Amino acid sequence: MPKRERRSGNEAVAEAMRQINPDVVGAFPITPSTEIPQYFSSYVANGDVDTEFIAVESEHSSMSTCIGASAAGARAMTATSSCGLAYMWELLYVAASDRLPIVMSVVNRALSGPININNDHSDSMGARDSGWIQMYAEDNQEAYDNLIQSVLIAEKCRLPVMACQDGFITSHGVANIEILEDDKVKEFVGEYEPENYLLKHDNPLAVGPYGISPYYMEIKREQAQAMKDAMPVILEVGREFEKMTGREYRFFEEYMMDDADVALVVIGSSAGTGKEAVDMLRAEGKKVGLIKLRVFRPFPRRPLAAAMCKVKAVAIMDKAESFSNSGGPMFAEARSSLYDLPDKPYCINYIYGLGGRDIRVDDFYDIYNDLFEIIEQDDPGDVYRYLGVRDSRYEEEEQRMIKETYHPGAAREYGIDKEKYEV
Amino acid sequence: MAYNLKKEAEKKERLAGGHRLCAGCGAGITVRGVLRALEPEDKAVIVNATSCLEVSTFMYPYTAYEDSFIHSAFENAAATCAGVERAYRALRARGKVEDNFKFITFGGDGGTYDIGLQSLSGAIERGHDMVYVCYDNEAYMNTGIQRSSSTPRFADATTSPVGSKTQGKQQNKKDLTAILAAHGSPYVAQTALIGNMKDLHEKARKAIYTEGACFLNVLSPCPRGWRYDAADLAEISKLAVETCVWPLYEVEDGVWNLTYEPKEKLPVEDFLRKQGRFAHMFKPGNEWMIEEAQEYVDRKWAQLLARCNR
Repeated sequence: MPKRERRSGNEAVAEAMRQINPDVVGAFPITPSTEIPQYFSSYVANGDVDTEFIAVESEHSSMSTCIGASAAGARAMTATSSCGLAYMWELLYVAASDRLPIVMSVVNRALSGPININNDHSDSMGARDSGWIQMYAEDNQEAYDNLIQSVLIAEKCRLPVMACQDGFITSHGVANIEILEDDKVKEFVGEYEPENYLLKHDNPLAVGPYGISPYYMEIKREQAQAMKDAMPVILEVGREFEKMTGREYRFFEEYMMDDADVALVVIGSSAGTGKEAVDMLRAEGKKVGLIKLRVFRPFPRRPLAAAMCKVKAVAIMDKAESFSNSGGPMFAEARSSLYDLPDKPYCINYIYGLGGRDIRVDDFYDIYNDLFEIIEQDDPGDVYRYLGVRDSRYEEEEQRMIKETYHPGAAREYGIDKEKYEV
Repeated sequence: MAYNLKKEAEKKERLAGGHRLCAGCGAGITVRGVLRALEPEDKAVIVNATSCLEVSTFMYPYTAYEDSFIHSAFENAAATCAGVERAYRALRARGKVEDNFKFITFGGDGGTYDIGLQSLSGAIERGHDMVYVCYDNEAYMNTGIQRSSSTPRFADATTSPVGSKTQGKQQNKKDLTAILAAHGSPYVAQTALIGNMKDLHEKARKAIYTEGACFLNVLSPCPRGWRYDAADLAEISKLAVETCVWPLYEVEDGVWNLTYEPKEKLPVEDFLRKQGRFAHMFKPGNEWMIEEAQEYVDRKWAQLLARCNR
């Protein structure tokens, strides 16, 4: 029988790694993921695993050792956060292009500067185009479950996977979760049997060539294909996992979406807070729903569009700024997915929670009411919005911009006389 | 068994011909010389830092290596090798690999003295059972002869050019071999491509078959960067050793040994004169450069003799 235990998100991930018993783990401490290699090295010290643990001198080297180990034929894992992930950047692309099924637990934290140790998604969102599969967890149970599934998904797709959870919120928050039996996990992940690897008997392998123009583009196209092909694999592994645990894992979770008029798209732990607001509004008889995105890479553009084909207005929540002047990374991807719908919903973007800024049930409640107002007014206003930020110093400049580039919604928002400024 | 070049040369080449390195390049000779020190029955995984060597020996879809090979980036060859080595330990312990493997990394001086030093230092400190070979050609040759911390003082490089105000590199060469020796590695040695390659062979053999993280620094001249005739590679290497610009020594478990002492220490200008990168040192008014270069070599040589208890 699986057992119910109190586990922080980091403990849950370390426990999953113990059960997986990978061949090699190379890791370097960085808040808030530090505990993962810390717990894991005590498993090594006590003989609970027979993994080769490499306490490297930097995250750059932790990813490098994983690349070497994975190419050599080993099941290789690591964990990191924030600047650690940023320091690996170059090698994230190398790992993906070498088609190495490395699994990395990412405990999401803001990027410097200013230096900040709290949660947002700027680290992994910045790495979204590196060719890694990305999955995000809402809670400790999902952090545990996703990590176990990541091993199989990575190996079946021959792509590396980032299994992400929110720093401190879930990584250090303790919750009652279900831990599977060791043998069940062992059986689920099975043995890693790569087709080709450096240490293969009588069949040497060369990894990491100089890829000149006549070959480079085909290699990239094949990587893109592998990401497309990952879609059914993620569902298939999710179904297998559901058979074992009864817990359902797809590209995203739909919460009260069947008859929803307005919806929210959100990633990670904030989804739980959003669901509370949904429950409150549903009690008031309002048709609101929420989509919690689990898989960001590959981006499930068609399923997401299908899930939102009937809603009239959507708020897309970004816990990362991309400084694009057009919204965060989630907004760009999710709104683009909805573009092909015959009846496009209004889409607005909220940048929220940067550097650990809290988001509360009330905030979500207000966002849903904003969406209803957009429908009522038939106008989205400024779609690129910030939540919970003190931005009064920009008001004057914004007023000027609105006057120069007239926009009806924004004009209403700022109480500008339409006749006076219409161009 | 005594070293016999003829016999060694009969071994199957592990770096096949047809790679794209220049004529007169020291890197290919270094690699072949090191790999010849492997027992033919032993397998190897070769790791490269991004370098002339890497782009010339593994251009998709062709590899010049008979053994398994991995390159991942410029600054992480030692860490990449460390990962391969630990995978080997894990997979052997789990009965998934039975062959006997050795792990040999090659990096240029840019990838070793400079951008890869942290990765190398970490790998040496952790004591992976591997050899890191620096083929030191004293500048970033792959990108077009930019100065590195290995470039000797006064050398003309594209980021330390000979100008009207400054002439060549302003700083002395970093003493990387001593830095590696200070790590407490079981075997660290400095060698060059001289004579019948006995020195390179014997040191490579020791480095490969000594357990732990070992380091070899091989002076590997570059005809493009040093500006010499391709045919002069052996002579220039010999002059580097005979002038004590590049002394041959090894450090075994912290004990320093001079492995060659010139009968008559030649003046440093004999080494400099052969190379275009030092041509400006021989112009009237620049005699002080040669004097200071000689003083530096003498000082370093005296230090080395003291370390070797001579």
